[in-house]
Amino acid sequence: MTDTKIRATPKPRSPLAWAAMLWADKLAFFAALFLLLALLSALLGPWLLGDLATKQNLRGRNAPPFDVTRGWAYVLGADALGRPLLARIVVAAQNTLMVAAGAVLGSAIIGSALGLVAGYSRRRAAQWIMRLGDVIMSFPSLLLAVIVLYMLEPSVANIVLVLAITRIPVYLRTTRAEVLEIRERMFVQAARVMGASDRRIVFRHILPVALPTLVTIATLDFAFVMLAESSLSFLGIGIQPPEITWGLMVAQGRQYLTTAWWLSFWPGLAIILTTLSLNLLSNWLRIVLDPAQRWRLEMKGRKNGRPSAGSL
Amino acid sequence: MTSFIGKRALASGISLIGLVILVFFLSRLTGDPTNLYLPLDASIEAREQFRDMNGFNDPLIVQFGRYVADLVRGDFGQSLQQARPAMEVVLQAFAWTLWLAVITMTCVTVAAIVIGSLAAFRVGGIFDRLATFFSLVGASAPDFWLAIVAIVIFAVNLQWLPTSGTGTPWHWVLPVAVLFIRPFGLILQVVRGSMISVLSSAYVKTARAKGVRTRPIIFVHGLRNAMLPVITVIGDQAAAILNGAVVIETIFGFPGIGKLMIDSILLRDFSVVLASIMVSALAIFIMNMLIDIAYAMLDPRIRY
Repeated sequence: MTDTKIRATPKPRSPLAWAAMLWADKLAFFAALFLLLALLSALLGPWLLGDLATKQNLRGRNAPPFDVTRGWAYVLGADALGRPLLARIVVAAQNTLMVAAGAVLGSAIIGSALGLVAGYSRRRAAQWIMRLGDVIMSFPSLLLAVIVLYMLEPSVANIVLVLAITRIPVYLRTTRAEVLEIRERMFVQAARVMGASDRRIVFRHILPVALPTLVTIATLDFAFVMLAESSLSFLGIGIQPPEITWGLMVAQGRQYLTTAWWLSFWPGLAIILTTLSLNLLSNWLRIVLDPAQRWRLEMKGRKNGRPSAGSL
Repeated sequence: MTSFIGKRALASGISLIGLVILVFFLSRLTGDPTNLYLPLDASIEAREQFRDMNGFNDPLIVQFGRYVADLVRGDFGQSLQQARPAMEVVLQAFAWTLWLAVITMTCVTVAAIVIGSLAAFRVGGIFDRLATFFSLVGASAPDFWLAIVAIVIFAVNLQWLPTSGTGTPWHWVLPVAVLFIRPFGLILQVVRGSMISVLSSAYVKTARAKGVRTRPIIFVHGLRNAMLPVITVIGDQAAAILNGAVVIETIFGFPGIGKLMIDSILLRDFSVVLASIMVSALAIFIMNMLIDIAYAMLDPRIRY
């Protein structure tokens, strides 16, 4: 196991090889395509469609979907104030993805840094870090959200803070478990015998081995955080209007459930498609990053008559 | 074994004490409950009297000392909202959630193990692909959205099931069905992955070579050894429901601990918040113990 990893890593992979491996798994390919679309909406949406998404049109209140007489933006219908749903979903992508990305990045960096310390040092600090993780893990995230909502003002940044804090234990525990195992391996001990400093051992020898696991977890966690944010917004203790996220749109449509199902349906579908894409992509990533399984994708690329650059 | 339980109880106890202290002080930061409980036109004197009666005028540290002193005597305080002992309120709600968790997780475990094992038996087959894809879809869907869609379809349009509340067995169908989907997707994935690696091991090949029939191979030889990682995930998912399926309980008007928790947080019913945290922590501790015991039973190599 150790041997294959060491031999497999130095081989440089071109972007073309990655693309070929992505094409080999069709579901992952479409997942990546959809995520790209979501990312583009997040980056350009508010700039292109910001005005359209907030323009009220009381004649078009709860306009049904699949009717383009008002314009293409109304193809998914309109909300209770006659604002086009498609435009709103595109614009809401920014907040939704930004919150999730911020929370995942923050918790991953803090959590894995603490995990490295907790796993590598045998001192009391390690014990305290783990206990802190336990406390955070059992602290009800709802209460944390309400506290932040009342103490600080409800803003996108504060929701990121709440979600980041609640996700720290995931990275803390994973990193610590990985470090505990890796630090006993031969190459780490060899490095120590050669007189490498603790910092060099941690960042140069341990972290690179633990990184694939952490990246896979972060991809999955992105989906989880997105769902958590939408749940908070749905309960009314997350993002507050006039800011919008997909979860908030579902919540806002709830009162029109019996007369206009599309208000809640489309934003929910956007959430599902995004999390599904992330899950599919993370499955693919797990195979790509695992030297023992990567051949499955490389072989497939060749069988389809596409020379996969990675294997040449 | 006893020393192992003792050690674990000690670690959990320390975390719980930290948690209670943290929640006690942080929850008071969310504001004064007085205005939430008295009518808008209540006089200043009435408000003052309410604060005095509930001890909100004392310094925080005094309030905390009093809370701890009561706690030692087994008194968890009064619920402001229901004027009953907080623990009584919490235990009543917890019983509902416990049933919800038991029913849901039993269905999830049986379904995920059977379907996951069959999917793992022919990797890449049509059944495997369908099971994998649909379990991923299930694991990706936000539960509040599923709940809403389920209500529109089954309660509003078809009128087969009640929209919310409790009373008849029919009231349980939608909450259980919606809660079922995400854990089912996750556990199915784990069962499948674990079974694939077990079924390709040498002793399964030996059994097959000896002519053992398919079903005993999957469910006797394979399953027992594939169960360890599965049990961990089952535990995590059950803990999530026990901690309060807040969204589902809110949407379906289910009187469980999740709904109680969010209501008492929003209404600043501090004693109830603290009591429910302690009850869920204890429940999750007991469940983790049961999972560790299940580990030892399934794999004789594991000893504590």
